[in-house]
Amino acid sequence: MSAISKACEQARAEWKPELIIEQIPYAKLLGIETHNMGDELFFVLPPSKGNVGNPTLPALHGGAIGGFLELAASLHLMMTLPTQVTPRVVDISVDYVRPGRLEPLYALCTVVRQGRKLVNVSVNCWHKSRDESVATARAHFLVD
Amino acid sequence: MAVDIVLVKKLSKLMVTANKGDHFHQLGLEFTHMETGACEMLLPYSDRLVGNPDTGVVHGGAITALLDTCCGMACASVLEDIGLTPTMDLRIDYMGVAEPGQDIYARADVYRSSQSVLFARGRAYTKGQEDRPVAHCIANFIRLDDEVLKNLSEQFRPFLDAVEIDE
Repeated sequence: MSAISKACEQARAEWKPELIIEQIPYAKLLGIETHNMGDELFFVLPPSKGNVGNPTLPALHGGAIGGFLELAASLHLMMTLPTQVTPRVVDISVDYVRPGRLEPLYALCTVVRQGRKLVNVSVNCWHKSRDESVATARAHFLVD
Repeated sequence: MAVDIVLVKKLSKLMVTANKGDHFHQLGLEFTHMETGACEMLLPYSDRLVGNPDTGVVHGGAITALLDTCCGMACASVLEDIGLTPTMDLRIDYMGVAEPGQDIYARADVYRSSQSVLFARGRAYTKGQEDRPVAHCIANFIRLDDEVLKNLSEQFRPFLDAVEIDE
């Protein structure tokens, strides 16, 4: 069994998403973290200079926000689907609705439809209030 | 009349080099070609960008940043003055995976510039595989109001004089 599959299995068994994050270099580069609230798994992007795109505002890079949403969606699937396979992203669509500031960014994922091969996930992220999205995304992943 | 392309080249270089440790540095993004309405960039392969440690394939998020930046700068090049265009939305289709160890290139073109919105599309591919991109992107950008753009241009101009570029 590969290192990532093993990490996924252990992460699900002990409910420790950080075990998967430790295995993914890009996740460590962004600095993504997780937070459990009951059954809900929140993702957090702590403020970090490494994710800044515009230093004068300062604002997060749109690519860092998009990457955070995509990563959150795939980690959500790895934690909730009983699959040995690392989800492969097919497409992602991101709407940037408010500037991403240098403050903690929170994200929550919803599985809209889970098929045998394809999963549709929507993701919302915000700074202060879930009703004031910074960006929203929807993505398809292959999980077969 | 679009802004002088030399200024856009200087702004693009400033953007990726000015702020040590920012997201451009984290990814190692470089601009390789600028013309009015089009932009080309490079994302050098790095172990730090890997999304799947079993395969060594770069995470899609890094490609999102590459295509967002590339499409955005292509849009900035068609403005009347030096400035930037905030991303409204983007959609990325991942048609394949970039071979591990391979640098990823991007090319973006503005296909329509309207009063309020700039429409761009881009591709990401590995060397020699231009016709078989790993990802395709459609991205729309906001055209800032004249007054806001003017203020932004005035902020940028003093910094651009010191930027040296290869003509």
